[in-house]
Amino acid sequence: MEPFTRYTAIAAPFDQANVDTDQIMPARFMRRPRDERYATYGFHDQRYTPEGAKRPDFILNQPPFDAAGILVAGRNFGVGSSREAAVYALLAMGHRCVVAPSFGDIFFSNALKNGLLPVRLPESTVNALRQAVATSPGTTLSVDLERQELTGPDGTAHQFAIPGFARECLLRGLDEIGLTLTLAPDIAAFEARRDAAR
Amino acid sequence: MGRTLFQKIWDQHVVQARDDGLALLYVDRHYFHEGSFHAFNMLRARGLPVRRPDLTFGFGDHYAPTTARRTADVADPEIRGIIETFEANARAHRIRAFELADPDQGIVHVAGPEQGLTLPGMTVVCGDSHTSTHGALGALAFGIGASEVAHVLATQTIWQTPPKQIRCAFEGTLPEGSTAKDMALALIAQIGTGGGLGGAIEFAGSAVRALSVEARLTLCNMAIEAGARTGMVAPDATTAAWLAGRPHAPAQPDPAWEALFTDADATFDSAVTLDAATIRPMATWGTSPEEAVPLSGRIPRAEEAPDEARQKAWARSLDYMGLQGGEAMADVRLDRVFLGSCTNARIEDLRAAAAVLRGRRIAVPMLVSPGSSRVKRAAEAEGLDRVFREAGARWEESACALCVSMHGETVGEGERCASTSNRNFAGRQGRGARTHLVSPASAAASALAGRLVSAA
Repeated sequence: MEPFTRYTAIAAPFDQANVDTDQIMPARFMRRPRDERYATYGFHDQRYTPEGAKRPDFILNQPPFDAAGILVAGRNFGVGSSREAAVYALLAMGHRCVVAPSFGDIFFSNALKNGLLPVRLPESTVNALRQAVATSPGTTLSVDLERQELTGPDGTAHQFAIPGFARECLLRGLDEIGLTLTLAPDIAAFEARRDAAR
Repeated sequence: MGRTLFQKIWDQHVVQARDDGLALLYVDRHYFHEGSFHAFNMLRARGLPVRRPDLTFGFGDHYAPTTARRTADVADPEIRGIIETFEANARAHRIRAFELADPDQGIVHVAGPEQGLTLPGMTVVCGDSHTSTHGALGALAFGIGASEVAHVLATQTIWQTPPKQIRCAFEGTLPEGSTAKDMALALIAQIGTGGGLGGAIEFAGSAVRALSVEARLTLCNMAIEAGARTGMVAPDATTAAWLAGRPHAPAQPDPAWEALFTDADATFDSAVTLDAATIRPMATWGTSPEEAVPLSGRIPRAEEAPDEARQKAWARSLDYMGLQGGEAMADVRLDRVFLGSCTNARIEDLRAAAAVLRGRRIAVPMLVSPGSSRVKRAAEAEGLDRVFREAGARWEESACALCVSMHGETVGEGERCASTSNRNFAGRQGRGARTHLVSPASAAASALAGRLVSAA
């Protein structure tokens, strides 16, 4: 995984609550291997008409938001299905960060493991940020994972929380499986204790 | 200080704990399905073996057709390829997989418990959000993503942050005609799809104790729709009796199961209590499981929503669903009905629907897909297949089927379907499909009426 340290990008206002992962990645595309086509699967049925034309009223089809790297979303972003393909689709579309008042648990975890930074901030803060990027299209936001800060267009830095282990892995671009495999002796000892107790 | 059921199981599985609360938990049971191919690819890319193939079990369900039982008979080459990959991955890693043609095949959250593979006190994971279902047996069970599936395959462990602990009690007696599905929908309507976010729900109270194991499986299945990572019910004599004689269950109940309950002095982060006696047959009207009302009620108008965010959400849902708001639920006309899924396709579910249909004819097309091939045979032994067929329904094979519509069949654009599944998300059953979640008895009654109604 590529390390995630600091990131600045155009932010798009994504004003929908309870965006489920079925919306982000429709089930019928999930049989496909992970490749560049995932960029067209993301939000597919909201982005395209049944005939395949781009819907002009969909926010991520409108310049400059079609070049957004950060989504400022609503509450419960990424609820529902555990499909990690939803994260693959967002990454393929060019997003590296989603800001929301709350996230679906499994989505949050999937995002962290793939270098898509989920930033949880109070709902009033998120609403104000969404408003700001909506009224001044092209506004950028900056996120600093080392400092755990997201900086808004007015220069205010908002602190966010993130699990320590995931933060370390993201900052250093480390592979969680590799780290856990260094604990193989502890895992084997645990198995031995359990087998002895049976 | 006392501990909750959740804490007791958690504590027994900690391999390593970090200062920040994160723990490496040992996984007792790992299930996978055809959709887990990304994880096997990750393993292959690293050249890693599966650490414990003996604790890992595969079930072919997500892409399984309802009309064929041989992989070679799957018409769509892309879907057939996914199923073949699932079978090849299992063979390559010497994992027992319940493939399409296996007499014990079924939906992982129906067939796993049915096989006795999920037991009280276990940690259970699967790359599927409805893994919460298994908590009904007193297990700590939760859904994970593909990267985590790869991690479990390679290490038999998973890193977890302790969730908030939520006690959800249903007290009193559930009225005749109301079911565990209605309890789940009533709960989610009350606390919202974000109500359980970051949490583990323990279902308790007299109405939960009175539920059969199958009904508890339905309730825990829907915990994820309340946003919770998992749902669980303390094991009791009902649990032990249900597990007795299952292929992979011990011959005698494990005495350790008796310690699996929440201590009287244990504390929860939050608690909610519902009066079971007030729960009526429910249905969703929108595109989120929280958008649910009693079938005897009417659909709300967007302007009646309690806050601005929900006013927008409700307006969007009503628009997608082709509804105005204000209509009586019973006036909503259906195009089709689906009885199936890991939520509601166990033998009790099929009996409840068949009891409503017996000797009558349905008004709109209905598909019945049993939760497992065993459930299918049990239903046929009781003659339920004849009841469904004589009523005019399609009686087909076990699969996730129209719950997730990955197997090739979909609900059409603009079509309205009453479904016993768990998600009414936009496009879930097919692009532009409109889904109303209901119980099996309500699904059957709605199929007869061609409208959204309850059986009572």
